Amino acid sequence: MFDFLEGYDLLGAFWVTVQLTLLSAVGSLIWGTLLAAMRVGPVPLMRGFGTAYVNIVRNIPLTVIILFTSLGLNQTLGATMGAANNFETLNFRLAVLGLVAYTSAFVCEALRSGINTVPVGQAEAARAIGLKFSQVLTLVVLPQAFRSVVGPMANVLIALTKNTTVAAAIGVAEAALLMKEMIENEAQLILISAVFAFGFVCLTLPTGLILGWVGKKVAVKR
Amino acid sequence: MTEVSVAKEDVAATGELVVLKSVNKHFGALHVLQDIDLTIARGEVVVVIGPSGSGKSTLCRTINRLETIDSGDIAIDGKPLPEEGKALARLRADVGMVFQSFNLFAHKTVLENVMLGQIKVRKADKKAAEEKARALLDRVGVATQADKYPAQLSGGQQQRVAIARALAMDPKVMLFDEPTSALDPEMINEVLEVMQQLARDGMTMIVVTHEMGFARSAANRVVFMADGRIVEEAVPDQFFSNPRSDRAKDFLSKILHH
Repeated sequence: MFDFLEGYDLLGAFWVTVQLTLLSAVGSLIWGTLLAAMRVGPVPLMRGFGTAYVNIVRNIPLTVIILFTSLGLNQTLGATMGAANNFETLNFRLAVLGLVAYTSAFVCEALRSGINTVPVGQAEAARAIGLKFSQVLTLVVLPQAFRSVVGPMANVLIALTKNTTVAAAIGVAEAALLMKEMIENEAQLILISAVFAFGFVCLTLPTGLILGWVGKKVAVKR
Repeated sequence: MTEVSVAKEDVAATGELVVLKSVNKHFGALHVLQDIDLTIARGEVVVVIGPSGSGKSTLCRTINRLETIDSGDIAIDGKPLPEEGKALARLRADVGMVFQSFNLFAHKTVLENVMLGQIKVRKADKKAAEEKARALLDRVGVATQADKYPAQLSGGQQQRVAIARALAMDPKVMLFDEPTSALDPEMINEVLEVMQQLARDGMTMIVVTHEMGFARSAANRVVFMADGRIVEEAVPDQFFSNPRSDRAKDFLSKILHH
């Protein structure tokens, strides 16, 4: 029944999906946190930049952003991401860049809502013992904010996992690209879709369950 | 509680530790601080009392610039209050603050709460910071709770930890912003006792409170505020037995006889 799978590197394709997801997740967590810091910070210029970035980027379709990294950054502006001669690596890196740029806007907003759950008194007490703004943020406010947004972050991560399929648009050999190829070559259309759907559920369901458990575990008691 | 000697400034190095000169502040249309002049000497314990909304908490919070002021000058130990940035952070480290709602860092243990400022601001090494933190927790009577999280402690215990956290910075002056107002009645005394001991040890303290008993027994001076102004300043005995202003008479008649 599953003969049609022969000759295709299904695991390899999903492995690329996992790599795309993990690298983009780490990248967007870092860049998203920096954006959130800018948006709550005291410097008007940075606040303005953070606000503008989030509002522009989260309203552009991901496909457009991914295509822009390839057509705009690479082919027009000549960005090579340190992989000028390796087309495969180049596209993979461009896709990660696009996913990070897009997902970090959502990370930023999730985190910012977490910052709002931290009582003002926490930051006041931190300032009162002489911590600088950056220390107040990194030692007191953000640790508590992160603990309160594990659930929303799980949503972002699940969305990111599924969004990696857009990387197929610039030829990254991840799961969705393989699916497209198989649909063209094989007859079992419903089965092929079901196999890939199942593959994604295998990736995202544990993400949600594990992070749900983590969220309860690290919740700050007040 | 065991005694730990306070790192005390030489009281003889006299003078004015905290000076406020014609300080004004508005909240929108509300003129919450009106031409406040107040000088606090080294080692002095000043209790600020007054009706709700009289500006006493705001006054307390302007002294370490948790509230900005519209005009006037505030100086601590001869240095004017910096506007922002590192200089302000340095100054705040020298001014201990205890809040009505405790504000212990909820994600850190009691011990970590008392160690954080020492390590990150005073650059103390971890071992010394822990030693000092444990000694201070012992001094305020919560040494056995060191490894718990703030939410696991009673209000009175949390407030005593907050006092220890402030003391860990070796502050020149301690600000108390209604430290017992959020506490259950039976926990008020345990906090007041710690504050009394602190006063006896010579700490300079500015205390906003409704605890008249504390004002009587521990204060060198009572400052009575109403409607954003300092209406009366006197030694406690004189203030409570023979207030000069009508506003103070009225206030005292409402709180002392029932």
